[in-house]
Formats: sequence, structure tokens, C-alpha cells
Amino acid sequence: MLQSWVIVLASFLYLGILFAIAWYADRRADTGRSLIANPMVYALSLGVYCTTWTFYGSVGRAAASGIGFLPIYLGPTLLFALAGFILHKMIRVAKANRITSIADFVASRYGKSQLLGGLVTVIAVVGVIPYIALQLKAVSNSFAILASYPEIVMPATAGAVPLIQDSALYVAMILAAFTILFGTRHLDATERHEGMVAAIAVESVVKLVAFLAVGVFVVWGMHDGVGDIFAQAAAIPEVARRLTTADSPAAYGTWGTLIFLSLFASLLLPRQFQIAVVENVDESHLRRAVWLFPFYLFLINLFVLPVALAGMLHFQGAGVDADTFVLTLPMAHQQEGLALFVYIGGLSAATGMVIVETIALSTMVCNDLVMPALLRLPMLGLATRADLSGLLLEIRRWAIAVILGLGYLYFRVAGEAYALVSIGLISFAAVAQFAPVVIGGLFWKGGTRDGALAGLAAGFVLWAYTLLLPSFAKSGWLPDGFIAHGLFGIELLRPQHLFGLTGLDEITHCLVWSLLVNLGAYIGVSLQRVPNLREARQATLFVGGAEAAGIPGWRGSAGVADLLPLAGRFLGLERAQEAFARHARQRGLKAIEELPADTRLVNFAETLLAGAIGSASARAMVASVVTEEPLGIDEVMNILDEASQVRAYTRELEQKSLELTRATAELREANARLQQLDRMKDDFISTVTHELRTPLTSIRAFSEMLQEDPKIDLPQRVRFLGIIVSEAVRLSRLINQILDLAKLESGRAEWTVAAVDVAEVIREAAESLTVLFAEKHVILELDGREAGLIVLADRDRLMQVMVNLLSNALKFVPAESGRVKVGVGGTTHEVRVSVTDNGPGIQAEDQDMIFDKFRQGAGTSDVLTDKPQGTGLGLPISRQIIEYFNGRLWVESTLGAGACFVFALPRQAGDNDASKSTGGVP
Amino acid sequence: MNRSRLTAQRLAFLFLLGCFFFNYPLLSVFNRGGDFFGLPPLYAWLMGSWLALIAQMAWVVEGRND
Amino acid sequence: MSHRILIVDDEPNIVISLEYLMKKEGFQVAVATDGETALQLAAEFVPDLVLLDVMMPKKSGFEVCQALRAVPALVATKIIMLTAKGRETEVTKGLALGADVYITKPFSTKDLVLQIKSLLA
Repeated sequence: MLQSWVIVLASFLYLGILFAIAWYADRRADTGRSLIANPMVYALSLGVYCTTWTFYGSVGRAAASGIGFLPIYLGPTLLFALAGFILHKMIRVAKANRITSIADFVASRYGKSQLLGGLVTVIAVVGVIPYIALQLKAVSNSFAILASYPEIVMPATAGAVPLIQDSALYVAMILAAFTILFGTRHLDATERHEGMVAAIAVESVVKLVAFLAVGVFVVWGMHDGVGDIFAQAAAIPEVARRLTTADSPAAYGTWGTLIFLSLFASLLLPRQFQIAVVENVDESHLRRAVWLFPFYLFLINLFVLPVALAGMLHFQGAGVDADTFVLTLPMAHQQEGLALFVYIGGLSAATGMVIVETIALSTMVCNDLVMPALLRLPMLGLATRADLSGLLLEIRRWAIAVILGLGYLYFRVAGEAYALVSIGLISFAAVAQFAPVVIGGLFWKGGTRDGALAGLAAGFVLWAYTLLLPSFAKSGWLPDGFIAHGLFGIELLRPQHLFGLTGLDEITHCLVWSLLVNLGAYIGVSLQRVPNLREARQATLFVGGAEAAGIPGWRGSAGVADLLPLAGRFLGLERAQEAFARHARQRGLKAIEELPADTRLVNFAETLLAGAIGSASARAMVASVVTEEPLGIDEVMNILDEASQVRAYTRELEQKSLELTRATAELREANARLQQLDRMKDDFISTVTHELRTPLTSIRAFSEMLQEDPKIDLPQRVRFLGIIVSEAVRLSRLINQILDLAKLESGRAEWTVAAVDVAEVIREAAESLTVLFAEKHVILELDGREAGLIVLADRDRLMQVMVNLLSNALKFVPAESGRVKVGVGGTTHEVRVSVTDNGPGIQAEDQDMIFDKFRQGAGTSDVLTDKPQGTGLGLPISRQIIEYFNGRLWVESTLGAGACFVFALPRQAGDNDASKSTGGVP
Repeated sequence: MNRSRLTAQRLAFLFLLGCFFFNYPLLSVFNRGGDFFGLPPLYAWLMGSWLALIAQMAWVVEGRND
Repeated sequence: MSHRILIVDDEPNIVISLEYLMKKEGFQVAVATDGETALQLAAEFVPDLVLLDVMMPKKSGFEVCQALRAVPALVATKIIMLTAKGRETEVTKGLALGADVYITKPFSTKDLVLQIKSLLA
């Protein structure tokens, strides 16, 4: 009944339905009503993780090692528990940078390196080929087994059948054709495939339902529930061993390794990256997937152990491969409908994996391997060709065909030596090599292109040596001598016991060595130098996440005229025009032509191109039309470390605010000083007015009195006139001094500076006052007639100071008993002159004040006569003069013990000679 | 701390819990014969704790209202 | 009976002129050269009018004016403030403190005598 043609027809019918779903979803997407913009679809499409490995292989693994099939599903569960830290960040970064594949991700992260993108692509292709072979093996085996229904016959060894009769070849060809139809119908700038995702989600449902159907049939159709199966299994020692697992450190080590390995694989396998990151429509969908995808894994694994045990119980010693129990158990119970459904479920699992994996790989091969190479070949003239979109699709189609061809080749060469799960694990170990550069690249800014290259290359070589080559050797394709005796017969180089490491299974052994070397090289080489400008910029974009998006990728500029044709060559002119028009609208412009030639436009064009040809190639292409301005050294330093940039900015702000505060304080102080000066000027004017009005008052009063009363007697008249005269003299002296002071203060005074003999000046001043001293009967003592004390000063001004000090002293000493003494002395640096009196002295608090304008020493003036005569300007003027010649004038006094005014002036060097030449001393 | 960061940290805690549940030494406790409601202890423990972990994850991202 | 005038000023020449003027008009005159003496003298002498300078050592004319106004016996005493400071604020201040007239220096002797006579009338 189940003839081959029925199975083939069912297969094509199923594939046709899938294609219809994809086509419908694509059409819906084009009209803007996406079918897959739904968290449920996203979570289900992640089920592409479950391939025929899961569908057929898990049961096989369970039959061989009991619960040992499970770590492969616990790992992804744990990964999704870390979704908030890893997946979420990856999706954001990928969206912001238009990442189209895992190779693009790594290349872009380390400075958009084409070399790195190429290396990742090679590792991914080589690493994933065994995995594709696994699918081919599973589908062709299931087809062969089902076709021989009702007999249960294990298919012949793959290598044994002639090529032309090998169903796996046809499976590979059909899958290639189907994938090409699915994935390369047109070129999308975002490299997203809505139709494919919809179809994958449906496939996930089909394979889950198929597996659950088998589970239900086995548990409740063949047995009396799960308990029955376990009870029966426990009774047979051979089967009962599968109820526990090996209780040894190595076994637990392997267990942990597999969890760890699958955690990374479920993130880094090209198809997982494609579905989880690239095809993600909305990052909020991740929220649902966090639990729904693990739950999917839980359901599909629920019946694995019971089915495996049931198979072992049923086929004891019958030579039935445990990998086929899912199919052969229904067949053995004549459930042909269920068997066909199981076959379709297996086909679902295989096609889902192959389609997504090869599309992802073909994108990588095209964008990161072939295009960069072709663009570099000048003879092809691609760099200047007008429309490359057709070529891109062509390359991808060929890539798909070649990858499936290689998968088939591996199946023919090595397929029989391993169980399904073991083949899959080889691929898992290969993509685990991406873990350091991807995870490191997301969280560590120090990684460089060289480090990533070194790490990946080292890890890849060790993986190939410890896992891939032995898989060839075990299938007899390579001489197996090097496994047993090591390369060149060196024991230490035995691939599965490298450097004598034993006691581990081959996967753990490979991971230990390859990841150790990978991580070591990645970090070690990265630390050899500071990341260069481009690496640092990308590091900021990836590690800093979306917040760092403000840092421009390009400093140059190119106009629409350059960029539109460039984009048109890869996307097709129409699509490029649409995209540019959309960009223009987003920026609030009416037409494409209005777009300014700025950094934003260049960045837009680059990301647009990145979607079609990968970021590394896009950068190269854009660079060809953009005239990039050289970066200044300051900018380089800034971009090198975004954190330092922010720090510098903050520091600058703080500095600015500090400066502002300081400026404000200065202004406030200046204002206060101005106000004070204003008040002082007011006070000064008020005081001057007062001082001028006082003598005027006397003059006017006496003049009026004399004028009005001519009968005033003569002595009185003489007295009044005397007062008038002296007040007039006082007035003019005051006016002169005010003018003098104003001149000194404003710096307009005229100075005749010359070498002056101090002793001479003192003598002359004393002489001019002799009469006054004599009148008051005050003794003037001139001490120190020492000649040769020369200072640089204005002789007349110095005389003015001297006269002022002497007349002040005379003013305050008592008549008759008064004594004034002038002292002269000098050190090597300065000349000192002191005028000491035996007057009332000045109290300490007044000693500064007397040098202020209009402040006269009050002395002990209780009595009218004690009122000092003078203007109150003499000392301020004297001080001004002395300070002008870099000297000092001060007073030393105790109240009641006289006062001593001292001035000091800098001594003129070699003044002895000078004094002789001027002949200053008589 | 904002909502999404808290959620991410709650999930990370479940990650650590899962690592503990699914590995040695806890695993060795259940790795023995006998049965647990008719199920092998190891199978019952792994499937049970796995389901519980998934339920916790669902509760953290979907259910919690705080 | 002649009126009593108290002259308070620290400038000797001004005191001489004022004393001469007042005596010539037939008033009884007392002289003080600073604020404190002025207050003592005012209490003994009980003047009908005080000619008060503002800028003086020890106690300013404003303080003396205020103090004089606080003495009950001197309620009727007129106060004329004489000052070389002619600013508006000082005039206001002096009048507010109880001065009857505020005259700026230099003053016209004729006007001063007329002011005094009209105040004492």
C-alpha cells in the first residue's frame, strides 16, 4: 500500500503546501500585513533547532545512553534565561547595523573586516556540512525504511549503493531546488524572508504533532502508560541500565559540556542566528519566546525516553537501528497512516533545517566570501558594472547547490560511521568556536580583528584535527593510523588524546582544546595592541548597544548622485529608489533630490547596501564613492574610547560650570568693588566739599561782618583780616594738594627721576622750616649727616615728603618742650629716614587711618587750640610719592610716647661713586 | 533600576538555578534505581525541574505584575 | 531779657565769627567745640537756641540734636544745624532728628541773623 510513489507524492504535496504558505506570507508582507509579526510565530520558528537529530536521533541517543539526549535541550533553555543579556543585545545591535548573518556580525564587530567575514563563513560552511549530511541521511533512510513497508529492513550502507540509485542524492537535489525557490526569489535589502519564517513555523508544528502522535501511540497504544514502560524496562537488566546514567566524573563532565555546547549552538548556528536575530521582526517577540521555545523543546522531548525504551523492549536483538524507532515502531504495529505522518514529520524537521541553514550559509558565502573576492578582481569589471542584483542572486543559488552537494559528499564519505547525534555534535563543536569572538565582542571593547582571526583560526584548526579528520578516518576515507598513533607517529599528537589528555569523550576533548586555544589566542592577540580607530568605533556600537548609535560611521560625504546608482547596482534601481525615497520622507523631504550630501545619507546608503552584500563589502563599495575626510588626531583619540569621550565631555561641562561660577563670583566681586569705589568717590567728593566749605565759611562770615559794620575797631579789624588771609591760604593750599593728589593717583604727575643724595634733601627741608620751628621753640635734631646715601627719586617730590613729615611733627609736638629728631641710616639694599617727635602719639587703631585722605590725627584734642592745622592730605600724598619710588612709608607709635614716621627707599647700587660724581656732599 | 533590567536579572537568576538543577552534584542524587510514582528518579527530576524552570521563566516575563 | 544762644562748632575761626555776630545782636552766648561739651553746657545754660555744627569730633551734630530733643527742659529750644555737607539726605536727616532749620556753610551772616530772630520771635 505504501508504495514509493505514494511517499514521493505525499512528500511533494507537503512541500507544495509549505511553498504555498511561504508564497502567501510573502505576499502579505509585501502589502504590509505581515503574517509573522506575532510572538507565537517567532517562538515556533525557533523550533528549527529541532531537526531530524531530534526527531529520529534523540530516541537513538536515549537507547544508547538513557537520559543523555537531554542536555542538548537544556542548554537552549538556559540560553533563553540569559535572553535579557545576550539575545536581546544581539538583536538590537544586528538591527541597528543591518547585520545579515553570523559572519557579518563578527566581521562588522571587528572593524568590518572582509578577511574575518570570510573566515567565519568558511568555518560555518565546513562545520555545518556534517549537520546537513545528517538530514540527508535521516530523510533518505526514513524513505527507504518506509518504502519497504510492511517489512522492516534497515537501509543499505550509503557508500554501497550506486550514486544513481542513492535516494539521498535525490533528496539533496530536491531540497536544493526547494531552498532556491524559497530563499532566492528576490533580493531583499534587509535579508529577511517572511515566507520562509511562516513555513518554518508551520513545520515546527507538524514535527511536534507527529512526534507527540508517536509518543501517545507508543505509551498508550502499545503500552499501559508510561509507568508500564518503565516497569517493563526495569525488569530487563539490559534495558534497565538506561534508566540511570553513568555515575562517573567523566559522565557528569560530558553532561555539563553538552549543556554548555548546545547553549552556544542554539545561538551561533547560522540558522539559529538567522531565525533568532536576523528574522526577528520585533524585539518584544523575544519575551514570549523566552518560555515558549523551551516549552516547545520540553514537549518534543517528553516521550523520547519512553519511546526508546519501548523500542528496545520490542526490537530486542532484531538489529533495528534505534535511530529509526520513531518510524519502525508504528510500522511494526501496522500503523501505516501514523508511519507516513511520522515520515512527513521527519521531512519537516529536515527541510526546515536545510532551508534555513543553506539560506543563511549562502548569504554568508555570497556576501562574505564570493563578492569581496569578485569585487577585488579588476578583470571582471564588477566594481563598475551597472546592475549586480542578478549576479548576487545567481551566486546565492549556486552557493545553495554547492553546500547541499558538499553535505551529500560528507554523507557518502562519513555518514555511516556515526549515529545521527554524533554527526550533529561535530557541527555544534564547530560553531562553538564563534562563542569567544561573538560573546566577547558584545561585552569587551578590547577585542581586535587580529585577535578574532587568531582565535577563530586556532579553534577551527584544533576542531578539524580532533573531530573532523577522525570522522573521516573512522569511515575509512583517511588512513586511520594517525588516530591510534598520532600524526607522524608522535604519541602526543593523537587527535583524540591530544597531549596525552585522556578520559574524556571526543566532543568534550575537542571543546577543551579548541576553546582553550581559541579563547587564549583571541584575548592574547587582542591585547597585543590598542584597537584601531575602526575597531574601536564598531566596538562602541556593539558593546555600547543602541545608546552609542550617535557616533557617525562616516565622516565623508557623497551625494544622492553617487549613492543611488551604487545602491541600484546591488538592489536593482527600482528598489534602491524606493528605499531612498522612504529615507527622504523620514527626513521630512519631498524628493530624493533634496537629500543633502551628509554623513547621515552615507550611513543610510551603507546600511542599505549591507543588507544586500554584507557590511564589509558595503563599506568597501561606499568607500569607493565617498570622499572620506581624514580624521584629526583629537577625534581619533576621542573615538578610541567612547567612555573616555563621555568622561571628557562631563569633565568639560564641570570645567565650564566651574568657570562660570568663578566668573560669576568675579563679576559679583568686581561689582561690589565698583560700588565701593563709587561710594568712596562720593565720600571723597563730600569730604572735599566739606573741607573747601569750612575755610570759605570763615572767609565769607568775616568779610560780611567787616563790610556791614564799618565801625569795628581797628584791632578787631586786623584780627578778622588776619583770619581771612590765613583761611584763604588754607583754601589755596587745600586746592593745590587735591589737584596734586589727583595727578598722582591718575598717574599724570610729572617726575624728574635722578640720583638723589638723601642727606642733602633732609638738610634743605630742615632749613626751609627753621623759622617755623624757631617760632614754636621746638628743637629739630638732624642726626646722621652721613653722605653718600643715594636713591633714585624726584628731588622736589622727596623734598615735599620731608617737609610734610617735619611740619606734621612740628604741628603735634608741644610748644617750648617739643623735640623733633631726623635719623638717616642704610643697609646695602635700602635707605631709611625717620622723623621722630615727642608729641601725643597715635593710638594703634589710627595708625593706618592717618594715611587715608582727610583723616587727621586727632591727638588728644579736647581743646579748641589742639585742633590740628592741615588738610589731611599730606600723608596720603607722601605715601603715594614714596611708593612710586618702590619705597614704603609707615608710622611707629605708642599713644602718649610720640610718633616715629619712617620711609625706606631702595638704595642705588654703587651710590658712593655716584655721590662723588654729583658732588652732593658739601 | 528599570523594569526590563529587573526582568533580565530575574531571568539570569533562573539561569543560575538551572545550571545548578541540571548538573552534578544535584544530578547524582537522583541518578539511582527505584522509582518515583512509577518514573525513574532521574527522569522525573530532570523533566520536573525543567518544566518548573520554564514555568518560572514564563512567570517572570509574562505574569508578574509589579 | 536777652535770649541765650549756644554755639557748637569745632572750627575756631567759625566760632569766633558766630560769637561776634550773636553778641553784637545782644544775645547771651556760650560756646562748645565738641558734642559732649555741648550737651553738658546745654543742661546748665538752657539755651533758647543752639547753633549746631554737624561734623565734630566725639559726637556728631546729629547725635547732639537727638540728645537735646530728649531733654524735657529743652523742649522749647530751637536748633539750627550748620553744616558744610549740603546733601539732600543730610538736610532731611537733620530735620527729622528735630532741627528747626538747616543751614549750609558758607552762609550769609545777614540771613542767619534773620533766621535766628524769626525763630526766637
